[in-house]
Amino acid sequence: MKHDSFLGYRRANGRAGIRNYVLILPVDDISNAACEGVANNVHGTMALPHSYGRLQYGEDLDLHFRTIIGCGANPNVAAVLVIGIEPGWTQRVVDGIAATGKPVRGLHIEGKGELATIAEGCRVAQEFVQYATELQRERIPIEDLWVATKCGESDTTSGIASCPAVGNLIDKLDARGITSCFGETTEITGGEKLCASRAANPEAAAKFMKVFQAYQDEVMRFKVDDLSDSQPSKGNKAGGLSTIEEKAFGNLQKIGEKARYIDVLAPAQAPTRGPGLYFMDTSSAAAECLPLQAAAGFVLHLFPTGQGNVVGNPIMPTIKLTANPRTARVMKEHIDLDVSDVLRRKMTISEAGDALIDMAVRTSNGRLTTAETLRHREFAMTKLYRSA
Amino acid sequence: MEEPGFIVHHKGDSLGVVVVEDVKAGQKLSGWIMDSNETMELTAAADIPLGHKVALVQLRKGDTVLKYGNDVGRAVEDIGVGGYVHFHNIKSKRW
Repeated sequence: MKHDSFLGYRRANGRAGIRNYVLILPVDDISNAACEGVANNVHGTMALPHSYGRLQYGEDLDLHFRTIIGCGANPNVAAVLVIGIEPGWTQRVVDGIAATGKPVRGLHIEGKGELATIAEGCRVAQEFVQYATELQRERIPIEDLWVATKCGESDTTSGIASCPAVGNLIDKLDARGITSCFGETTEITGGEKLCASRAANPEAAAKFMKVFQAYQDEVMRFKVDDLSDSQPSKGNKAGGLSTIEEKAFGNLQKIGEKARYIDVLAPAQAPTRGPGLYFMDTSSAAAECLPLQAAAGFVLHLFPTGQGNVVGNPIMPTIKLTANPRTARVMKEHIDLDVSDVLRRKMTISEAGDALIDMAVRTSNGRLTTAETLRHREFAMTKLYRSA
Repeated sequence: MEEPGFIVHHKGDSLGVVVVEDVKAGQKLSGWIMDSNETMELTAAADIPLGHKVALVQLRKGDTVLKYGNDVGRAVEDIGVGGYVHFHNIKSKRW
């Protein structure tokens, strides 16, 4: 294979990053303003505002911490300043991130106010930026790349070419020993038996069917119609997709033909069984799914689109590819790779997969994605139920 | 082969995807079956937009519709060969 390595940042815990962010991370929604205050003052930092973190409990609180700590721990992040309203949960986030060995500090607002917190935070952030900007990229074997995938605003061209291009990359790089992840639990409706058959072992297949059925039950409980305005979406239907089953089989093209998933992850849960393909139980909405994959430690995202979903993620660069010739033409500023030549029989799926591997390596080496250049940083926290 | 007018994912599928813009009723189209790498010919019976589907076989109301070699729904009305297939005449069997 042409590409067997990339230029990345080797972190203290051995993981490889492809970006080098200094993150200003709020524990809770009311600390967003302080984090943005620091980020506005110190060049080279990025605040990660979000909507939750107060009065949560049980499994929902566990998911909140897993998401926040996971984003801070992601290898694309060099150092983290954590700001919360009070010291207890702030310290819990700091301790979780500190386990990676990267520089992390926590500040809380109660007792001194936001302005003093921002002033102190700016001094910490400045030190972190100067530390991070001296780190150098080094040559890292391709198998140390952690890649996630999800598709969005899919149409019929997604199932023909852009999802199979991702599947071809997964087949080729899974054989090399990378760690990869797909999800979108409800969007596999109609293709769940095929998906279960792609598990590497009966335990993973049973775990998949369990989370699939639980999500189905949730949809059945809350639905008021046949979901024909939601799943497939308006954009899916404009692009020619008619039923959820048709969408599901196109979606599943992203895991290729040979790769088998070795385990099923809870939302934002980091893989623990070594290199291989993993299924994660996620929403199918892009801004909800991608943060869960970033929090699990994935550093690069492959996002096939048909009609032109414009999503990005603050932590995990998101490569967009399309096989829709009209989208490639009229939404060029959102597309990193055009594989519409597959539709013209001028490119094979294997060639499209190779072109995607090439773009994945170039992006890992530092090339900004279209979503990064347009500052797409969608970050919707997954919330399991209302706060107490 | 020339550039296809429609693409069929699996041999035996009921549907093909139109991959050129502005197909008009009566237009002759050449199709490419991806998995078997064969070609076929068809005449569109309706205007069909880019990315939308054309029936390859006669479908009767209630028939299962196949794509990717799998069940992707059922016809809710009769659809002739070359007909435009979308959510007005096929529906999910789920939800």
